[in-house]
Amino acid sequence: MAQIDKLKEVLEVALLTSSQPLSIEDLTKLFIGKTDRSTIRMLLDEIKNDWQEKSMSLVQVASGYRFQAKADFTEFLMRLSPDRAPNYSRAVMEVLAIIAYRQPVTRADIEKIRGVSLNSNTLRQLIEREWIDIIGQKEVPGRPSLYATTKHFLNDFALKSLSELPELNSSLTQELSDSKVDENREEIQEN
Amino acid sequence: MTEFIQTEKSLPKIYGENIEALPQDLYIPPDALEIYLDSFEGPLDLLIYLIRKNNIDILDIPMANLTLQYVNYVEKMKVIKLELAADYLLMSAMLIEIKSRMLLPKPALEDDEDDPRAELVKKLIEYELMKDAAENLNQMPQVGKDIMIAQSYFERVTEIKYPDVSIDELFEAWKNVIKRVKQFEQHQISRSELSVREYMTIILRKLNEKDLLEFSTFFNSDKDPIPKLVVCFLAILELTKEGLIKINQQSSSSAIYLQLGDS
Repeated sequence: MAQIDKLKEVLEVALLTSSQPLSIEDLTKLFIGKTDRSTIRMLLDEIKNDWQEKSMSLVQVASGYRFQAKADFTEFLMRLSPDRAPNYSRAVMEVLAIIAYRQPVTRADIEKIRGVSLNSNTLRQLIEREWIDIIGQKEVPGRPSLYATTKHFLNDFALKSLSELPELNSSLTQELSDSKVDENREEIQEN
Repeated sequence: MTEFIQTEKSLPKIYGENIEALPQDLYIPPDALEIYLDSFEGPLDLLIYLIRKNNIDILDIPMANLTLQYVNYVEKMKVIKLELAADYLLMSAMLIEIKSRMLLPKPALEDDEDDPRAELVKKLIEYELMKDAAENLNQMPQVGKDIMIAQSYFERVTEIKYPDVSIDELFEAWKNVIKRVKQFEQHQISRSELSVREYMTIILRKLNEKDLLEFSTFFNSDKDPIPKLVVCFLAILELTKEGLIKINQQSSSSAIYLQLGDS
């Protein structure tokens, strides 16, 4: 029993000192002998419960587990670092949303949805932030790059997977299906 | 832009009653839009703004009205920010095209699925969906903005490990040093005065005395220094090339004989 408690402490300390989320895979490396993934998962659940009443909480995001301050404290912590990450422009957020919800997309797809040409600075900003990357080339003339969101994006938005993205506005999706667009007609127009 | 969406949701009241719909022909003078110049992300954004502001049913857009408002706005914009206008002008053309197609009499077979507005409406809704999603994303808690990650300090113990060295390796290293030092030794290079021409003469003289001489008699490898052997060999080749001597060998690996050439 004491041994299990030790394991739990090791996991806790590893998670508290890591700047990156740690996956179950990472956590197994803490121990020399083989440790069951299920044991680790169970211990993580226990840790989560242990911290329930405390100032930090253990959360699971795309690339693993991490400790983060509970939302109630953000307001206070903010005062320590007033110059926090700047807000992105509306254009950048729209491009991010299109890539997040419609991935993989090409630059042309993004331009088609937004109806304006895309400033290449916008994509660069998102790539530098490691929220998007190029996952391949579309097999059409010019072989344009296909963009998709990264794990880092999910981590930063505290999401486990893309399916956890907020749902699209349902009244709008309803209107879209009501709009009865004849796909063939669109084809003819494009040609 | 957020403000517009909010104000649009809370409709004004008259005599305590909500106004369900604004007049269809509500006209917004372009001057009123001037201050929002930079707040539109493109023609679709502007159209959505006009549609939502006027409470138009997106599935039944009054094209004449909307086109008029849109074109007025774009005309205004052209004066102030010409470089922005290209995408907007394209949309003007598209709106007018749709309007003119609606004016054409429909062939009897066509049903209302072929509404010329359909494609525009689809685009507008798709864009509004993404615009909406972008705002939601922006309001989600983000690491570095609203989420603070635990990062306690721990002292990494960095023990310096020294590599083991055996006496053999040390000796090996010393040998390498010696070897390298040798390469920096200075050499005196002296020119040895050996002339190929001189040897050509010597060889010809010998052959004049005896018609046929074995190849190896020209080389005394025990006594002669290497440069001399080389020059001698070169002389033989040179003589052969000039046709002054002939080199014969009966069969492979038998003795090679030199004799004077025909000339």
